[in-house]
Amino acid sequence: MVEPLALKDHTGESRIYFERAVWGFGILVCLTLVLCARLFYLQVVQHSVYATLSDKNRIQVQSLPPIRGLIYDRNGELIADNIPSYNLTVTIERIDDLDDTLAKIGELISLSDSQVKGFRKRLKRRQRPFESVPLRFKLSQKEIARVSVNQYAMPGVEIEAKLVRHYPSGELMAHAVGSVRRINEKDMRRLNRVAYSGTDHIGKIGIERFYESDLLGTVGYQRVETNARGKVMKVLDSTLPIPGKNLVLYVDSSLQRAASDALGERRGAVVAIDPTTGGILALVSKPGYDPNLFVTGIDYASYAGLRDSVDVPFFNRAIHGQYEPGSTIKPLLGLAGLVTGMTSPDFAIEDPGWFTLPNDERLYRDWNWTKSGLGGHGHVNLQRALYRSCNVYFYSLAVKLGIDRIYEYLRLFGFGLNTALDLPEASKGLLPSRDWKKSARGLPWYPGDTVNIGIGQGDMLVTPLQLATAAAVIANRGKWVSPRMLREGSELINHTSVYVPQDIELVPEHVWDLIISSMQMVVHRGNKGFGENGTAWAYIGQDIPYSMAGKSGTAQVVGIKQGEEYEEEEIQERLRKHAWFMAFAPVEKPRIAIAVLLENGGGGSKFAAPVARQVIDHYLLPRDQRLAVSE
Amino acid sequence: MSQDFVRRLPDSGYVYRHKSGLGEKIHLDFPLIFLMLCISLYGLLILFSAVEQQPGPVLAQSIKLGIATVVMVLMAQISPIFYLRLAPALFVIGVILLGLTYLFGYEVNGSKRWLRIPGVLSFQPSELMKLVVPMILAWYFHDRHLPPRTKHLVWASIMITIPVLMIAGQPDLGTAVIIGASGLLVLFLAGIPLRFILGAIGMGLAAAPALWFVLRDYQQQRILTLLNPESDPLGAGWNIIQSKTAIGSGGLFGKGLFQGTQSHLDFLPESQTDFIIAVLAEELGLFGIVILLILYVLLMGRGVIISLQAQDTFGRLLSGTITFTFFVYVFVNIGMVSGVLPVVGVPLPMVSYGGTSVVTLFAGFGMIMSIHTHRRLTL
Repeated sequence: MVEPLALKDHTGESRIYFERAVWGFGILVCLTLVLCARLFYLQVVQHSVYATLSDKNRIQVQSLPPIRGLIYDRNGELIADNIPSYNLTVTIERIDDLDDTLAKIGELISLSDSQVKGFRKRLKRRQRPFESVPLRFKLSQKEIARVSVNQYAMPGVEIEAKLVRHYPSGELMAHAVGSVRRINEKDMRRLNRVAYSGTDHIGKIGIERFYESDLLGTVGYQRVETNARGKVMKVLDSTLPIPGKNLVLYVDSSLQRAASDALGERRGAVVAIDPTTGGILALVSKPGYDPNLFVTGIDYASYAGLRDSVDVPFFNRAIHGQYEPGSTIKPLLGLAGLVTGMTSPDFAIEDPGWFTLPNDERLYRDWNWTKSGLGGHGHVNLQRALYRSCNVYFYSLAVKLGIDRIYEYLRLFGFGLNTALDLPEASKGLLPSRDWKKSARGLPWYPGDTVNIGIGQGDMLVTPLQLATAAAVIANRGKWVSPRMLREGSELINHTSVYVPQDIELVPEHVWDLIISSMQMVVHRGNKGFGENGTAWAYIGQDIPYSMAGKSGTAQVVGIKQGEEYEEEEIQERLRKHAWFMAFAPVEKPRIAIAVLLENGGGGSKFAAPVARQVIDHYLLPRDQRLAVSE
Repeated sequence: MSQDFVRRLPDSGYVYRHKSGLGEKIHLDFPLIFLMLCISLYGLLILFSAVEQQPGPVLAQSIKLGIATVVMVLMAQISPIFYLRLAPALFVIGVILLGLTYLFGYEVNGSKRWLRIPGVLSFQPSELMKLVVPMILAWYFHDRHLPPRTKHLVWASIMITIPVLMIAGQPDLGTAVIIGASGLLVLFLAGIPLRFILGAIGMGLAAAPALWFVLRDYQQQRILTLLNPESDPLGAGWNIIQSKTAIGSGGLFGKGLFQGTQSHLDFLPESQTDFIIAVLAEELGLFGIVILLILYVLLMGRGVIISLQAQDTFGRLLSGTITFTFFVYVFVNIGMVSGVLPVVGVPLPMVSYGGTSVVTLFAGFGMIMSIHTHRRLTL
């Protein structure tokens, strides 16, 4: 088809173009106004929304964990310190391939599966993006160097220094101050997340736990400007953290060490109390453990090893160990007998070596009973019954007193109670009563039960802390002191939550004199011939340069059948008797009261008394006059 | 060009008179150059802030602007007749180069846009097409009856579609959109009937669902992201959320020059290139953007006036199209950064960091000046 000749109409074309160009420019201006409207909407109408977003973007609030309060002993020696620990941390947002990075780190430093597992757990608990999560704790200098050299190739992997708890004396103080542990998931659920943000540890037991709120301090904050990769560009403002309060305890580190040395490798506990204040001077439980292991996390095998050890090193015998008190309660029964008139200083019995209740064939034996019938203490008044630790005298006294009065008087000395002001975990022991037996056993109280209580056996259980407290109250002649760890640093001791028994005021002075002098004879009465010396004299009393009042106790672990003698050597080590010794000194002006327990230690006077002597020597005497530590 | 024997009627009312002056002699247009200078200096200031006040990139960009200016001046000296005659050859060469790019181009970030002759030069043929497509269409319509007939529209559409599809396939959606838009602008300015425009819009909407499946995954993702950036805040939505935050937090007068936190703390991606307007918005606020937009509108206004003064169809269509295409850059860029258009890689003209697009833009303005100053045509 032939195209028709078209003359170009220039005027027409310019008119068309003119119209289109003007239209186009109009549309252009309209669209520009649309853009302006959009920008107006974003920048003016929605300004506050985006301004907030922008601030949220760049401003992060970081917590500044407070420094945990230090714990000192009475002499200013550090018991709990904070030292820097180097952790390897990972910021997941800055890492492309976590597995690859972990593999790389694993080539540089040791990284066990359980550590990786723990890391992944912590990763899930993270609160904010760009928060670094620790992968390995406690890097050695060598490991730090290795990681640092390769750090350029691993963005997001960093070494962070953090202050962590350190117990300079290690095992020595473990049971006295307790320890901190890493905060776990269970803790997270009950804790105030704000107060603990940035803090990894919490006091789990002992003083560290009881005074947690004081030791923790107050968390601080800083508002920082970060870039999109979470790197802090500058600090905008900050509220500094307030360090936790420093605590000073009554504990004397060197006395603690002396007690620990005196116990040696034996299982047992020593609790020493200042009778004037109730301050606990030493609180040792052996075997112990190194609390530093728990600070940065202990591997499971080591933990299980400690946990399942037959010696139960985690078990704080000083406050949780509940044992029959044995003869150590005899002075208290004597006191009850004198006050109630059930006995008198001059009242004496003839001890044939055994005791029977009317209409009962069962023999209650004295400790020196023999089959041949030659045992027994013969003529025994209260004083002799105490320094010879005559059982028969106290069998009959107990029967005369009856369980109700025994309960009443022993309770005055804090048995069956936890009277410690800042050891809430301490066990209460067991002070039996009619009501207790009825509800616990469903049985009535039998006269035989009372007989056993007379020598501190049967159902009665006490802790070393309770016995030390009782010794302190005797030393004070009835003035009650509540045992406490803390000397200064906190107002936290809440007296209303702890039962504070009343001072024992109804006891006449001459009763105290008789009881205390009898206890003094336990240690000091010597060179009087067979059956006349104090039970502990031979072991600790011959060269003692100060006056000490004490009482030994020996608690049976297994029942001895009627008609059998107790043969020390024949009984397996773990079934041997527990050895007790409670004491205070100097008698005239008591400065220290003590309870020593040796688990399966044997006779109280022979084994526990020397430990008490060594500890008291350390406290009262200059170095050269102390009793040598027996190896 | 023998058909152009009819003399222009004097004072038809649709052609502006013009006065001869210095600009005409050296083939430059001073109002245009003044506005370009203003925008470029403003752009350098924003760039200075966006690159953390380092002088290096600003100097580099100044050099690129200098080179682009030289190119512009040179192109302004060449007579439009030359461009008219060269158009068909350039178009064929451009399509061949696009083909070669498809075969031999090297990949950057998953798209083949660059053609490199090792040791000699490397360039993007698609940049060339930004000028060649308006040229070929202006050439095609300059001796045909206007408004164009349907048959001519079909041919013109083919001339648009071939390079657009080739560039979209690289893939370079941003450039394809610009070139497609420039082609459609030629048709619009050539006076295609309104029913075609409305029909095309209708067909476009109808074809949209089909078009959806032609788009690649990441392109689909960009559109979804536009609709709901919060659906993927750390992935595809990140750019949009952060740029909107930057713009919105700027407020009326901004946080102060060099005080933008979004860009300086690296929250804002591509803050020196495609998203640079967000830096301006954050630091100088709505006020700062409106100044830039006014400069742009004045520049385009000058371009439109020049096109109205052009004496023939080729000059009118070419200068008009270059001017309006410039607006497409501005609109698409600000639209995407402020979250009303999907993210396609379109720089903000004369402000974004980068050399290639600046040279192309300035070359376009060189052609406009050439059309404006070579007006005693004997075609």
